[in-house]
Amino acid sequence: MELFVFVCASIMILVGAIGVVVRKHPVHAALSLVLTLFGIAVLFVAQEAEFLAAVQVIVYAGAIVVLFLFVIMLLGVDRVEELRTEPIAGQRWIAAFVGVAMLGLLVAAIVTGAEAVIGRGDGIASNIAGDNSDANVAQLANSVFSDYVLAFELTSVLLVIAVVGTVLLARKRKGQRVVAP
Amino acid sequence: MINIFAIDPLLVGDLLWTPLLIVLLKVLAVFVTGLVATMLMVWFERKVVAGMGNRIGPNKAGPFGLLQTLADGTKLFFKEDLIPERADRFVFKLAPFLSFVPAFLSFSIIPLGGDYRDGNGGMVSWFGEQTRVQLADPPVGVLFALAISAIAVYGIMLAGWASGSKYPLLGSVRASAQMVSYEASLGMSLATVFLVTGTLSTSGIVNAQGTLGTWNVVATGLVPFVIFFISATAELNRPPFDLVEAEQELVGGFNTEYSSIRFALFYLAEFMNTITMSALMVTLFFGGPQPIAFRGVVLDIPLVPNGLEGSIWLFLKVLVFLYVYVWLRATLPRFRYDQLMNLGWKVLIPASLGWFMLLAAQRLGRDQGWNTIAVTVVSVVVLGICYVLLQLAFSVSAKQREAEGSMF
Repeated sequence: MELFVFVCASIMILVGAIGVVVRKHPVHAALSLVLTLFGIAVLFVAQEAEFLAAVQVIVYAGAIVVLFLFVIMLLGVDRVEELRTEPIAGQRWIAAFVGVAMLGLLVAAIVTGAEAVIGRGDGIASNIAGDNSDANVAQLANSVFSDYVLAFELTSVLLVIAVVGTVLLARKRKGQRVVAP
Repeated sequence: MINIFAIDPLLVGDLLWTPLLIVLLKVLAVFVTGLVATMLMVWFERKVVAGMGNRIGPNKAGPFGLLQTLADGTKLFFKEDLIPERADRFVFKLAPFLSFVPAFLSFSIIPLGGDYRDGNGGMVSWFGEQTRVQLADPPVGVLFALAISAIAVYGIMLAGWASGSKYPLLGSVRASAQMVSYEASLGMSLATVFLVTGTLSTSGIVNAQGTLGTWNVVATGLVPFVIFFISATAELNRPPFDLVEAEQELVGGFNTEYSSIRFALFYLAEFMNTITMSALMVTLFFGGPQPIAFRGVVLDIPLVPNGLEGSIWLFLKVLVFLYVYVWLRATLPRFRYDQLMNLGWKVLIPASLGWFMLLAAQRLGRDQGWNTIAVTVVSVVVLGICYVLLQLAFSVSAKQREAEGSMF
């Protein structure tokens, strides 16, 4: 059963991921991305991380890709892209190199850390027994808000800085700045 | 693996034939209930709006015009199915289903009845098996509903885009901006419910609301409910927030190019979503299938077993909300787009955030044994300072915009 779910979800993820790269239409590519994100959510559920699955769908599929689509539609760039031209010279080769390097890195990490991957870890797995159904959420909250609270807050500061920076950069100023009376 | 389906005793242990059949029965019941309820809701809305406008409304098909929706649906089936020439064919066909399926999925986590009295926790006994009167009770409960409503955005958005014409595109761009921004305040007001009940599961939330005083609308102090109600209306694209299909500006909105059964699916999803959202509101804030009880006096419906009585209470409570939605449609004028965005971002999100902080401070104070009055005073002062700062920011930005001469 678990193998079946894994295979189905993996096929979903791979088809989506390949679609993002191959589809010529930006909207279709974004939809393929949604498929990938759903596949990952299914894998989270199979790992008993239901909270992560829900957040994955709410945040990534529900907000971020919707914003992608929003921008694509609003700017009217929803045309078929010409994929043969290279905006930056030598881009393809660099991309291929980085991709292969990334793959190598991942394989190396898995091979060296095979113990932790294959062995049963004591991560955020919840107890299946019915007495505490919120164990998943509670454990996650405990680790985020007590053990790693500093890192968590720093991340939020980082996000705020990004938002403020974006607003500042994107604001159009008409000519000279007029001093308010 | 089994954990996502339920904390239902039915599904723990070996999978036998009786539980499997019960689950299949539940799936069928939820689906049929959803369809029939939607059909009746369309009739109800038309009849009530007609009554408020001094008209008669549908009265030809069946008694009181009850079968009018059925007749309309049959008619839509036999109409010609058009696909515009400039449409993106695949996405155009996909969009109605992306709108229709989530509407039904979120219905599956709502407790549709059951006996919550005397510490029964919503369990009923069917064919000798203990179970809940709800299709699924996932541990992430209400978050599932949020995730599903996030998916529902795609249906509307892609429908408008795939039509390949201007007005539907405008409608869908409006819709996506509106739904994404109101989802924030929706989630934030839900968080107060989680804070008070301490669980995410829908049946757990219902179980925590035994008497009138512990109904979450009282326990969270009314404000989250008001925010939730307004955000839910915006999320449903119902009047006064129906800018998605503003007829005067956009012809018909995102579904202008749709006809026949595809249009019917959008229509069905819209009404289905209204029912689901009302039921969710009753579940979260008004005790779901719990009877009205106050200081130990329970309003009991005589001669009806407790398990069935829950469904009756749920139906009555949901009916109130459905009526309110129809009432809003009949009476309120539509918002302007900048008003809509102002309400969402400048009022509802800060208000829900502030109220959440207030409740969290109260709970922390109670756990630590601090002085309640001192905690309240300090948190109110802090919130007041935040409010003044926010208003200052608004006025500064308004001045800047005026100086720069841009519109809004």
